[in-house]
Amino acid sequence: MKIHIKNGRVIDPKNNIDSKLDVFIAAGKIAAIGSVPEGFIANQTIDAEGLTVCPGLVDLSARLREPGDEYKATLTSELQAAVSGGVTSLACPPDTDPVLDEPGLVEMLKHRAKQHGLAHVYPLGAATRQLQGNALSEMNELHAAGCVGFSQAKVAIKDTQVLWRVMEYAATFGFTLFLHAEEPFLAEKGVAHDGEVATRLGLKGIPSAAEALALATILRISKETGAKVHISRLSTAEGVEMIRAAKKEGLKISCDVSCNHLHLTEHDIGYFDANCHLKPPLRTQRDKEALSAGLKDGTIDAICSDHTPVDDDAKLAPFAEAEIGATGLELLLPLTLKWAMENKVSLMQAIKLITEKSALILGVTGGNLSPNSDADLCIFDANEYWKICPAALKSQGKNTPFTGLELAGKVRLTLVHGQVVYQQKP
Amino acid sequence: MNNPQLDRDGNLQHLLSIEGLPKRILNQILDTAESFIGVAEREVKKVPLLRGKTVCNLFFENSTRTRTTFEIAAKRLSADVISLNVSTSSQSKGETILDTVDNLIAMHADMFVVRHAQSGAAHLIARHVPPHIHVINAGDGRHSHPTQGLLDVFTIRKYKPDLHNLRIAIVGDVLHSRVARSEIHALTTLGVPEVRVIAPKTLLPAQVQKLGVHVFHDMEDGLKDVDVVMMLRLQNERMNGAMLPSTQEYFKTYGLTQEKLKLARPDAIVMHPGPMNRGVEIDSTVADGKQSVILPQVTYGIAIRMAVMAILAGGSPAGDA
Repeated sequence: MKIHIKNGRVIDPKNNIDSKLDVFIAAGKIAAIGSVPEGFIANQTIDAEGLTVCPGLVDLSARLREPGDEYKATLTSELQAAVSGGVTSLACPPDTDPVLDEPGLVEMLKHRAKQHGLAHVYPLGAATRQLQGNALSEMNELHAAGCVGFSQAKVAIKDTQVLWRVMEYAATFGFTLFLHAEEPFLAEKGVAHDGEVATRLGLKGIPSAAEALALATILRISKETGAKVHISRLSTAEGVEMIRAAKKEGLKISCDVSCNHLHLTEHDIGYFDANCHLKPPLRTQRDKEALSAGLKDGTIDAICSDHTPVDDDAKLAPFAEAEIGATGLELLLPLTLKWAMENKVSLMQAIKLITEKSALILGVTGGNLSPNSDADLCIFDANEYWKICPAALKSQGKNTPFTGLELAGKVRLTLVHGQVVYQQKP
Repeated sequence: MNNPQLDRDGNLQHLLSIEGLPKRILNQILDTAESFIGVAEREVKKVPLLRGKTVCNLFFENSTRTRTTFEIAAKRLSADVISLNVSTSSQSKGETILDTVDNLIAMHADMFVVRHAQSGAAHLIARHVPPHIHVINAGDGRHSHPTQGLLDVFTIRKYKPDLHNLRIAIVGDVLHSRVARSEIHALTTLGVPEVRVIAPKTLLPAQVQKLGVHVFHDMEDGLKDVDVVMMLRLQNERMNGAMLPSTQEYFKTYGLTQEKLKLARPDAIVMHPGPMNRGVEIDSTVADGKQSVILPQVTYGIAIRMAVMAILAGGSPAGDA
C-alpha cells in the first residue's frame, strides 16, 4: 500500500520541517517527504490542502480502564477515542484492576491492544507490587513484557526507604520512573487546592507544599541514585521552579503538565463541578501562568491528556465523593493548540510538546516523520472550530470540564503504520 | 454561570448557601420571618401557607435539633412532613443520594430539606430535581448552613438593629464550620463593616481573610470592643489530636468566660448555634448569663425556616399570616 499525501502543511518538529510538502508512504513507513521517491506509484492519494500534517500524537498518560474497569471504558472505546483525537501512541498507567505488576497482564494488554490495530499502547508497569509502596516489582520481567517505564500512578510511595530502593533499582537498569509528586500525608482526603475556593466551598484542601515536599524528596533521591525520573502532571509554580533548578543542576529529570491544568484554575470548580475534581487539584491563576511559562522555556517537557474516563454515575456524587478525573484523549490536540495560540507559541513548538518530546520521554519510536520511521500521522484542520459536546466524544468517559467550549483543531485523518485508522465523517 | 439558587425572574428557587444571594433576598427572608414571630404565640399555632404540600426532611447526617426545627416550621405552615434519617437506612444499602431523591420525588415530595456530611450535596440535588421542586440546604459538610446564618443575623438585627455600625467576632473552629461560612457571608452581604474570626491557625481555613474577615489568634485582641460574640461548636473529634492538644487548653485560650467577655462592649450579645460544649468553648455563666441570646436564636430559627419555606412555596406570607 502506497499513500501520497499532497498539499498539506507538514510539521515535523524533530526534523525542523514546517512547510507545504508532500508525504510519501510505503509499506507502513515514511518513504519520503518533499520529492517523490523513484518509481513511487500511489495506491491512494490524500489531498491535505488547507490541512496540517504532523506526526501522530504521543500521549504520556491515558487510562484505558482495562483490565478491570470495563464499565468505565474499554480498549475498543478508548483506542477509537485516541485515534479520533490524532493520538497514535499512548502510555497507560498501571492502576488497573488487577494492577499492572505481572508480566502476564502486560503481555495480555499489549496483545489485546495490538489486535485493535489502532493506537500503539505502551504500558507503564507498577513500580512497587500492587502499587502498595512496600516491595519492588519485577521491573526486568515487566520490561521484557513490554513496559516502557515504571510508575506509581497517583499513589505515593510513603516510605522514603522504599522510594530510594525503587530508584536505585530502576537506575541500575536505566528504566525511567514516572512519579506523581504529592506528599501523601498533607494531601490526605484533600480534594481541591488549599486556597480561596476550597475555603469558600468547604472542601478539604491540598496545599501547594504537598507538591513541593514530594518533589524535594524525589529530586534529592534521584540525585543520590542517578535514577531517571519523569514527574507526571506538575501543578504548582513552586514545582516549576524546583524542576528548573534541578535541570540546571544536571539531574536526569523531565516533567509534564496535563492539558487541564494549562487551561483551568480552582475557580473553574464553580458550584461544585465534579468534572473539575482532578488530581493534582486545579490550582491558582498564578500557578497556571507559571506552568505556561515553564512549558514555554522548556522546563516542562511535554503536555499529556491525563485521560481518565469515568462513568456518569461515579461523577453524580458530592464533589469529594465524585471519582477523580477527566476524559482527554480527544481534547489533547485542540487544547494544546489553544494554549499555543493564547501564548504566542508557534504551531511547530506546540506540536513538539505532544509528539517528539513525549516520545523521547517514553523512549519509543513515534513522534516524528523521519524517513523509514513508522507512518503514524495526524492530519488536522487547525482553523476549524468545534464545540465540545460530551455525547459526541468517542471515549466512553463523557466527563469533561470543557463542555460547551469551542476549540480550534479538528482531526480529519489519522494513520497508524500507514493505514488510515480514523477518518472524520464528512 | 447560572446562579443555581435563583429562578429566571430572580426569585428564590432553592436555598443552598448565603453566598451568591443578593441582599434583597436576604432581607425578604428576614422580613418575612418577622411576620411569623407571632404565630407561635397564638392559640392555633398554624398558618395555611403550605397546606397540601409535602416537605421531606432528608437527613444523610444525624441531627436532632435542626431536623426538629424544620419539622415544626413546616407543620406550622400546615405542610405534611416526612422525616428520613437516610444515614441509617438506604445509604447503608448502597443506594446513591440521587436514587433516594428520585424515590421521594416519585412519592410527590414538593420540598426537600437536606443535610449531608459532604460539601456540595445540596447543590447536587438541586441540579437534579425538576423545577417545581425546591431544595433547602440544612447543612452540607463544611460548606453552608444558610438557615443558621439567617437566623443568626435575624437575632442580631433584633438586638442591634443598625447592622452598619457593628463589630462582630466569630470564635472557634472556622475550618470545619458551615455555620461560620454562612454567618460571614450573611453579615458581609448585609453591610456589617467589621467581621472578625478568632481561632488558632489549626482551625482556620487557607486564605480565610479573602472571605472579608479580619483574622485574630488572640481572644483578648479579637474581642476588644465587639458588639456581638458568635461562638462556634467544637466537634468532639477535633478536641484531642492533631488540631488541638486538649479541651482544657482550648478552654483556657479560646473559651468564652465572663472575664474575656468584659473586653467586648458592655452591651455585647453572646450567641452560639448549639449544641454547646459547656466548659470547652463557653463557660456556663456566660451561656446562661444576661448577655446570652442563645435560646432566642432557637426560637427565631423556626420563624426563619417558616419564612424560607413560605417564600419557596410562593405564598404571600405577610398577607396570609
